[in-house]
Amino acid sequence: MDRFSWSNGLLEINETLVIQQRGIRLYDGDDKAKLDSGVALLSTHRLIWRDVKNHECCIAMPLSQIVFFEEQAAGIGKSAKIIIHLHATPANKETGPYQHSKYSFIKLSFKEHGQIEFHRRLTEEMTQKRWESTPASQPIPTATGSQTGRTRAVGIVGIERKIEEKRKETDKNISEAFEDLSKLMVKAKEMVELSRSIANKIKDKQGNITEDETIRFKSYLLSMGIADPVTRETHGSGTHYHMQLAKQLGDMLQVPLEERGGMMALTEVYCLVNRARGMELLSPEDLVNACKVFESLKLPLRLRVFDSGVMVVQLQSHSEEEMISSALDNVSCTIPNIMLTLTRFRRHAVLDTHLRKMSSHSRETSRFNALNSFRDVFGRLLLLQVSDKGSLTAEEFAKLLGLSVLLSKERLLLAEKMGHLCTDDSVEGLRFYPNLF
Amino acid sequence: MHRRGVGAGAIAKKKLAEAKYKERGNVLAEDQIVQMSKQLETFKSNLEEFASKHKQEIRKNSQFRVQFQEMCSTIGVDPLASGKGFWSEMLGVGDFYYELGVQIIEVCLALKHRNGGLITLDELHHRVLKGRGKYAQDVSQDDLMRAIKKLKVMGNGFGMIPVGGSYLVQSVPAELNMDHTVVLQLAEKKGYVTVSEIKDSLKWEKERACHVLVNLHQLISGHRGLKKTTTFSINSLTFFF
Repeated sequence: MDRFSWSNGLLEINETLVIQQRGIRLYDGDDKAKLDSGVALLSTHRLIWRDVKNHECCIAMPLSQIVFFEEQAAGIGKSAKIIIHLHATPANKETGPYQHSKYSFIKLSFKEHGQIEFHRRLTEEMTQKRWESTPASQPIPTATGSQTGRTRAVGIVGIERKIEEKRKETDKNISEAFEDLSKLMVKAKEMVELSRSIANKIKDKQGNITEDETIRFKSYLLSMGIADPVTRETHGSGTHYHMQLAKQLGDMLQVPLEERGGMMALTEVYCLVNRARGMELLSPEDLVNACKVFESLKLPLRLRVFDSGVMVVQLQSHSEEEMISSALDNVSCTIPNIMLTLTRFRRHAVLDTHLRKMSSHSRETSRFNALNSFRDVFGRLLLLQVSDKGSLTAEEFAKLLGLSVLLSKERLLLAEKMGHLCTDDSVEGLRFYPNLF
Repeated sequence: MHRRGVGAGAIAKKKLAEAKYKERGNVLAEDQIVQMSKQLETFKSNLEEFASKHKQEIRKNSQFRVQFQEMCSTIGVDPLASGKGFWSEMLGVGDFYYELGVQIIEVCLALKHRNGGLITLDELHHRVLKGRGKYAQDVSQDDLMRAIKKLKVMGNGFGMIPVGGSYLVQSVPAELNMDHTVVLQLAEKKGYVTVSEIKDSLKWEKERACHVLVNLHQLISGHRGLKKTTTFSINSLTFFF
């Protein structure tokens, strides 16, 4: 630790920050230093450490001081470390926190992880040695290589040998692993080619392949992680696995959906489900594929994709309301047309809810009879809600009805399209008013 | 003349067609499916053996993970496609990345109100590490990027924008065009950008500069309530206005 000098931590011209990592404790050799909680900054020229509590306490060491470095894996109760072996102190070194040290190595302890990236970048910098080609504006004390021959601290040679042996063994393990992996990959590749051949035949309808066989084939693809656009066209992305999943999701999401106004973003569902599972987690694709089969399994949930690309899971009743509204929106405003459209949805409970709501507004009931479109009434319901408050933004409407902002905005915009509401788009936001024109 | 039983004739015809088909050297798809099923069983046991010897390597060694992923992609296999896939089940790669996905989403969600859904890869890395706690396994930025690639299928606008030497991770659906990207890169240098700076370095008119800044703020924060954006800072990802 006596190789460090006090520093103001500011980078010099030509010196660039490479990576920084919080949660670093320093060790003088094997002894814990008092500098136990700080940020380690690696630049193209130096290794800097700044105390997290006292920013004034900042020390730096030129990278040229480093002989070599190694990783020490984490253990039980011990963080992972990088051990950095150093040259002897140069004569022109400025004062630092330690006057003298019996060790010629330090350790960085990564209490908040980050050692993989730090090690990688340090390796890069020590290989490139950018400090040699772009000297910083202020002279930084450097240790020259010629000193190392004679003044190397005792014991480094032995340590180097040990490290070399360990590296060779690790390399052997890794290369064995890679060899085995390569053999596996060859077999996997054969199966990829086989599956392509099968898929093509299915596409060209050669031979007599049954439905069952196709489904089995799809599950093989799933096991191997092979994508297959061909069978996806004809049979969808789902397999038995996804159908099972869909049923589980149907049970699991009912209550959370109701609590959130009937709609949840797919990423939220992903987190909820995987946190609950703990292990054997679902992949994002598994989730999407399961949601796609909700409808065919007649589960009360639907997957919906907005124009913006946001994907949500919705309670079926919500989807139906929107279906009805948009269906009505597309027919011309005559009683026969409206009634015809509505008969498609006559079995949907949501219709009754609407009619009940509407008749409770007695002021409107008499006009209801005279009104020549259900669509108008739907719009007027919204109109009443907005008039009641004078004006509403999508967020306020959402709060009022306990809906998501997305859904409430859609309804308000729909009413605007129908001419029941008009909007004031100002710098303060989009506000909906009853249309008095 | 008696008519031959339709059944028998049809079967005989089929057998003849099959035989001719086989003669030409083409294997029937049904037979190939059976073949694949057998190969799959063999592969599964080979993978199990591999896992028993080397599972630790994949878990501990991030470089090995990178190589593994690259080999898979070369042969056309996605080991992270499904939790039910062999790779995921036997090597445990799946759970590692899917859990990382959850952690990434949670960090982005927690900070969205502050940074509008844009976060640097470095900061995301730090926060995910912090959230994982002391005893969890370390993750590299490569691991994060692979997890984010997978999250994209859920359509929530997860994306990575190259800025400077690194990336910005976007977690809201918004499309950044060239103007936006250029301003973002300008902002990255000092940590904030002003209208006059944009005018000076990019030689744009005041309207264009204001327009882009307002747009960026809109896209990022989803609000259209904005008094006057004159600066917006990117390093700490807070907005001044």
